[in-house]
Amino acid sequence: MNEITPASIGLSREDLPNSYIGRSVPRPNVPKLVQGRATYTDDVTLPRMLHAAFLRSPHAHAKISAIDTAPAKAVPGVIRVFTGHDLAKFCDPWVATLDHLKGMKSAPQYPLPLNRATWQGEPIVAVVAESRAAAEDGVAALQVEFEALPAQTDMETALSPGAVVIHPELGDNLVFTRTAETGDVAAAFAAAHKVVEARFVTGRHTGVTLEPRSIIADYNPADETLTVHHSTQAPHMMQGVFAKQLRMKEGDVRVICKDVGGSFGIKVHVYPDEVAVAAMARIMGRPVKFVADRFESFVSDIHARDHRLKGRLAVDAEGRVLAFDIDDLTGIGPYSVYPRTSAIEGNQVVNLCGGPYDFKNYRCTTTVVLQNKTPTCQYRAVGHPIATTVTEGLMDLAAEALGMDPVEIRRRNLIRDDAYPYTSPPGMRFEGLSHHASLNKLLEMVPLERIRADQTEARQRGVYRGIGFASFIELTNPSPFMYGIGGARISAQDGCTVRMDPDGSIVASSGVTEQGQGTEAILAQIVAHGVGVPVNRVKIITGDTQTTPYGGGTWACRGAGIGGEAALQSAIALKQQILEVAGAMLQATPETLDIAMGEITDKASGKPRMTLFELGRIVYFRGDTLPKDLQRELVQTRHFITKEYPFAFTNGIQASWVEVDPATGMVKLLEHWCVEDCGRVVNPLLVDEQVRGGIVQGIGGALYEHCVYDAEGNLLTTTLADYLVPMSAEMPEIHVGHVETPTRESLLGAKGAGEAGTAGAPAAIMNAINDALRPFKARVHEQPFTPERILRALGTIA
Amino acid sequence: MKWPAMGYARAKSLAELWSALEAHGDAGQIIAGGQTLLATLAFRLSEPGTLIDITGIAALRGISSNGQVLRLGALTLHADLCSDPLVKAHAPLLAAAAPLIAHPAIRNRGTLGGSLAYADPAAELPACMVALDATIIAASAKGERRIPAAAFFTDLLQTALAPREIIAAVEIPLTGRLGAIEEITRRSGDYAMAGLAATLALDAGRILAPRLVYFGVGKIPVFAAAAAKALEGRSLDLASISAAQQALADDLDPPHDLHGPPEMKRHLARVLTERVLLGFLNPKVQAA
Repeated sequence: MNEITPASIGLSREDLPNSYIGRSVPRPNVPKLVQGRATYTDDVTLPRMLHAAFLRSPHAHAKISAIDTAPAKAVPGVIRVFTGHDLAKFCDPWVATLDHLKGMKSAPQYPLPLNRATWQGEPIVAVVAESRAAAEDGVAALQVEFEALPAQTDMETALSPGAVVIHPELGDNLVFTRTAETGDVAAAFAAAHKVVEARFVTGRHTGVTLEPRSIIADYNPADETLTVHHSTQAPHMMQGVFAKQLRMKEGDVRVICKDVGGSFGIKVHVYPDEVAVAAMARIMGRPVKFVADRFESFVSDIHARDHRLKGRLAVDAEGRVLAFDIDDLTGIGPYSVYPRTSAIEGNQVVNLCGGPYDFKNYRCTTTVVLQNKTPTCQYRAVGHPIATTVTEGLMDLAAEALGMDPVEIRRRNLIRDDAYPYTSPPGMRFEGLSHHASLNKLLEMVPLERIRADQTEARQRGVYRGIGFASFIELTNPSPFMYGIGGARISAQDGCTVRMDPDGSIVASSGVTEQGQGTEAILAQIVAHGVGVPVNRVKIITGDTQTTPYGGGTWACRGAGIGGEAALQSAIALKQQILEVAGAMLQATPETLDIAMGEITDKASGKPRMTLFELGRIVYFRGDTLPKDLQRELVQTRHFITKEYPFAFTNGIQASWVEVDPATGMVKLLEHWCVEDCGRVVNPLLVDEQVRGGIVQGIGGALYEHCVYDAEGNLLTTTLADYLVPMSAEMPEIHVGHVETPTRESLLGAKGAGEAGTAGAPAAIMNAINDALRPFKARVHEQPFTPERILRALGTIA
Repeated sequence: MKWPAMGYARAKSLAELWSALEAHGDAGQIIAGGQTLLATLAFRLSEPGTLIDITGIAALRGISSNGQVLRLGALTLHADLCSDPLVKAHAPLLAAAAPLIAHPAIRNRGTLGGSLAYADPAAELPACMVALDATIIAASAKGERRIPAAAFFTDLLQTALAPREIIAAVEIPLTGRLGAIEEITRRSGDYAMAGLAATLALDAGRILAPRLVYFGVGKIPVFAAAAAKALEGRSLDLASISAAQQALADDLDPPHDLHGPPEMKRHLARVLTERVLLGFLNPKVQAA
């Protein structure tokens, strides 16, 4: 059932030219993007449109003593100024908790705070003006008196006596804690042959989308509708959010997102400045635009990965894992972020540590605390790189303690490829993974013998190179178990409507969305494949709540697995409908007909019988000639949701080959490999580039990207000169290989591929650096692995 | 952020420039390549009344040699330094330094005069000018004056230029000395965590008048006098290099920055000292 054979979807022979699934079809929207003809939110200009700018808190924590808006109102071009109290009359606050995260708490968050600023960069006052420049002039003229309060910046002391309790009504700064414990951890450690332990830190960083967060809200008092042009991953979710917070009916809100310039999870959250824009448009009855500048992005886009982990691993004399014991602490800023919450990242760490390995005894605790820094939330590969770093860092330490090769210790512990279905110690259910096949494939790609010989030879010359490995699992295709069961209106299902127009062209509208990764390309491939037309005859519509079936959008690697399956099912249904009509016209049974390259063919002989153009002409313009009772609606909709497993896990393994300069602490990336198993590969080119892009973002976290704060809670890295993103000159050759274990939940069999690269890269690089530093008995476990940290590990500087 | 509203004037000659500067007073801000200024405008760190564009002034352009000095007009682009044959022949240190500056788009706009006038202590060109013992030709309505590069950089982002005075050109003496530059950056094109531009002469293996100028380690390009003294007259070998590294303790007082503590910058400066000086022992050394 799961195999996509020509027969399974009604194709007549193996290599029909429109058998697109599995082929590197070029992306139809690339010329538009590279020629600058895309329509980003900021490209949209509406009549009577105004522009918003925000005064942002200069303090990490401060009482707002007084706001004098009069000087701003006097600035030429300024139309109106809004404070937190002004907006609260029209907009309700939100609280970001999920019911299934037991005991979770957070404080109500308003679009603009009423009395207190709780992070440096929090929007405090909004100025709306005829132009963005005039709005900024207005912001500069505002007189806001702050009374600075002590800031709680250090997560380690957030729960200590004497901590600044950021929201006194919550009682303390604890947002959420969870411990997963299975087996007998204490006994396993007591009986262990070797126990290794280490403290790991994953650096706070952010997503840095090329297109910043952008929104235009347009309230029309005549029909009482709100239309929001929004750079978002989840238009339907945002439709619900705007309606709820602004006390409107969901059906009266339309969210449109045309081209989106990158998201990485950054654009799937509710941001107070964006809700403020919607509220101001509602109040003023005029369109209001806000585009975050890069300064604002750094202090207001969600951050992520601010974790400190203490990990222990017990192994027996054969190198078999006996137990993991991990303590995770994360600081999430002053509010949990709506509606996904900021506890999911820590929760993922609990779910994912030790994930690739077959072992019995497990304990992992996450503690999620408040602090006066920019809020954190889900960013590409949520929790995965953190869990993989601690897991794979400990595996390498165990290998070293045992004198065992790092590949061998993994081979001995990876879950067997025939062990599925398998339930991991923290309760994750795996339908089918391929750790050993992936490892074997990786070893075919990595010239390990040559690398080890080169490493030995280079050390004689004072050149220090190292290779590191990282196995990983990745959670994709989430079911309602991720958010829905917690009460969040976040759709795990998605739909697709496919129709045929009179000229035989196909239009498919989908609830999943495109942010530059190629979602629309794979949807076009799948629909072309399913219906039987050339891919260039398919147009895809995404990103409009009024014209696409309700869906969750694109996040957590669900675009291909969920949206793709809905597209395939609706395309196959449309094909069936077309064949019914064709059968009536050609006086043949539908079962004897097929569609290939836009033509109705005789299934057995492949002989063309009729073009879709001709079929369209008759259906749409000469319906009188068809049998009266013939169903001729050439449009079909199918929705898809996973049912058997809460998540479709994928797996893979990465290897990194680096050179460390012990004199300067600089790391040079020499080569990188990744083998991953995302099930059915719909478009190898796009999957490879997704994996490469993900690896590059993992490299960013490992070596470069860091939101650095001073002791008072001021963000110091607010430009692209200080916040270092990975650049092409420093990137190594990245080799990507695949093993395909399709999920049996869908006909398509696709799982997610977008986060695999990010999940494994930091750990592979860490292990490679530590392999290079081995002759010095130096190790680094704190990301990013900067020259300073490497020089400290070497004892070069104190 | 958006730029503040401001005026724009284009000066086509030095005479027009002097009168524009006179007319706009403190509200006038000279713009050449704009690679630093435009960012500060976008951050609203500066709000000039009028930008005065000098890129049309022919007198500020051109690269020439008279056999005594190499003269580089203030409007010389970083990209010109990468490719100009006179620069390559007479100041290969600059030809080596220019590719280290940022990225091609910035090198195609950024100017020599702009870089020196901005005086970023982590930038390459100010350090090179001090290492090359260059002379800054400053010009104003009152005429020209010559300022040795070593006296030009006075404090963090401060120079010896007087109000309404500009850099017209720099002159680099044609000495045939050796020169080299090396820097340690997190990514290619970034400002240096630490860098060293050095020139010296070798006479039968003995070091004469070494000029080691460190960048990214202080408020200005730092001429290392003690290290120079430790090297002067000695043969270039591991012992003299070690002596120079020791002497650096007296020369450098680096600040703490995002990359690390002062101790790290001192360490990187010592690493650069060894690497640059050992480079002069390489047969492929080039003339400065």
